[in-house]
Amino acid sequence: MIARDRISKLSANLVLLGIGVLFVLPLLWVLFASINRTAGLRVELPSNPTLENFRAVLNTDTTYRPVLNGLVLCGGAALLTMVCAVLAAYPLSRFKSKFNRPFLLTVLFCTGLPITAVMVPVYGLFVQLNLVDTLGGTIMFMATASLPFAIWLCKTFMDGVPISLEEAAWVDGAGNMQALRRIVLPLMWPGIAVVLIFTFIGMWGNFFVPFMLLLSPERLPASVSIFTFFGQYGEPNYGQLAAYSLIYTTPVLVLYLLLSRKLGGAFALGGAIKG
Amino acid sequence: MLPLAPAIVLMLIFLAGPILYCVYAAFTNMALTGTGAANVQFVGLDNFRKAFGSSAFVNSIWLTLVFTLISAIIGQNTLGLGLALLMRRSTKLVRNFVGTAVIGAWVLPEVVAAYLLSAFLNDDGTLNVILNKIGLPGQDWLYAAPIIAVSIANIWRGTAFSMLVYSAALSEVPKEIEESAEMDGAAGVRRLWWVTLPMISRAMLTNLMLITLQTLSVFGLIYAMTRGGPGTKSQTLPLYMYEQAFSFSQIGYGTAIALVMLAIGAVFSLIYLRGLNSEAA
Repeated sequence: MIARDRISKLSANLVLLGIGVLFVLPLLWVLFASINRTAGLRVELPSNPTLENFRAVLNTDTTYRPVLNGLVLCGGAALLTMVCAVLAAYPLSRFKSKFNRPFLLTVLFCTGLPITAVMVPVYGLFVQLNLVDTLGGTIMFMATASLPFAIWLCKTFMDGVPISLEEAAWVDGAGNMQALRRIVLPLMWPGIAVVLIFTFIGMWGNFFVPFMLLLSPERLPASVSIFTFFGQYGEPNYGQLAAYSLIYTTPVLVLYLLLSRKLGGAFALGGAIKG
Repeated sequence: MLPLAPAIVLMLIFLAGPILYCVYAAFTNMALTGTGAANVQFVGLDNFRKAFGSSAFVNSIWLTLVFTLISAIIGQNTLGLGLALLMRRSTKLVRNFVGTAVIGAWVLPEVVAAYLLSAFLNDDGTLNVILNKIGLPGQDWLYAAPIIAVSIANIWRGTAFSMLVYSAALSEVPKEIEESAEMDGAAGVRRLWWVTLPMISRAMLTNLMLITLQTLSVFGLIYAMTRGGPGTKSQTLPLYMYEQAFSFSQIGYGTAIALVMLAIGAVFSLIYLRGLNSEAA
C-alpha cells in the first residue's frame, strides 16, 4: 500500500513537472530574446547579453506614453467598476427584495454575453454619441463590460461578512452608507482587492476594446501600440519586441505577486467562481 | 435601492443600448460608405440570408466550433481538471512551480501571449526543435495548421482558469468519502469517475459554460497570431465579423453576425443559469 502510494506520488510529480516545463518554454523565449541583440524566433541563450533592446524602446513614443495611457484607461475603468459594483452588491447582499433575484439573474446572464459581439454596435453607438476616440467613453464602456462579473463576485464576498455587526451600528443610528463604509468594507477588503486586481489585469491585457474605440496614436494604450513593431518594412525587431513585451507585462506581474503574497492569489477567485 | 443606480445606468447605456442598437441595425443596410451610409433602409432578413448563403460565414462557424471544442471543452477543461487532480498528490515545491507557470501564462496580456506562442510554434520555433530532437518532423504550424496553432495558444493561455475552479471544488470534497471508496475497492479511474467527478459536477458545469463563452469571443489572440489567415483558415466568427463590419464597412451585415454571436452566447448563458438554478433548488 505504502509503496504504491509512493509510486503514484512520484508519477504525479513527474507528469506535473512535464506540463509545467511546456508552460514555461514559451516564456523563456521572451526572457532570452529581450537581452539578445540579434534575437530570432528560437529560444537561445544570447552569447553576449545586452540591455540595448530595453534602451531602444524606453522612449516616450514607444513605451512611456502607451503605458501611461494604459494606466489611466485601465486604472480609471477598474476603479469605476469597483465603486459601482460595491454599491450595487450592498443592497443585493443585505436587503431582501423581490427585485434581487431577477436582477442577479440578469447580471449572471450578462457575464455570459460575448463582449466581442457587442463591439460592432458599441462602435455604432459611440459614433452617434460622439464618443469615438475619447478616453472617458472608453473608460465607461470598459467599466460596464466588467461590471456584471464584478457585481457577482462582490456580492459573493459580501455575503461572507456577518450582518450582526451592522445591526449593532444601525441601532446606534448609523445609516446604510455609513455601515457599508465603516464596517463592511474594512471587513471585506481582501475580497475587494482580489476583484479589483483581477479586473485591472483583465483590462490591461484587453486588446479589442481600445483597438476599436480609440484611434489617435497619442491615446492608444500599450496593448494596442504593441502593433507598431510590425511596420510595413518586413521582419520586426524581435529583441525590441520582447523587451517591450516584458515592460508592458511588468505591472500585472507586480499586481499578481502582491495578490498571491497577501490574499491567497488566484485561488481565492477560484473559490468565489465555482459557486 | 439607490446604491444600485450607477451600475444600472452604466449597464443600460453601454450594454443594453448597444444590444438594442444591434437588433435594429442587423435588419438594415447600414454601411460606413456607399448607399447604406447616406440612406439607411430596412432590408428585412437580407443580412441573415446573405450570411447563411455565404461560404465564408459557414467556414467561420465551423472554425469557431472546432476552436471551441479543441481549445476549451477538450483542452482547457481536461488539462485544468488533470492539473488540479495531480496537484493534490504532488509535493509542495512542484505544485508551486507548476501553479506559477500556468497562472503566469494566464496573467500575460493577450497580445503578448500571442507573440510568445507565435514564436514557439514558428518554423524556427521551440516546438519544432523539440519535435526534431525526438525524431518527429516539424512544420510551420501557423501555416500548415493555423486553427490548431491558435487552439494551442488558447489552451496555453486559458488553462489556469479551469485549474483554479477545479482546485477550489476539489478542496471541498471530503477526504473520508474518497478514502472509504478506496476501502470498498474503488481505486484509480473508477473512483475518479464514480466518486470524485459526481461531487464536483456543479463546478464542472459552471466551468464548461464560462470557458465556452470566453472562447467564443476570443479575438485579440487570433488576430495577433494569424489575422485569420492564411486565407481564411483561422477566421473564426469574431474575426469574420470584424472584417465585414470594418474592413468592408458593412455595419448592417456586421451587426447581423454580431446578433448571431449574441444569440449563441445567450443560449449558452441560459443553459448555465438553468443548471445553477436546478442544482441550487
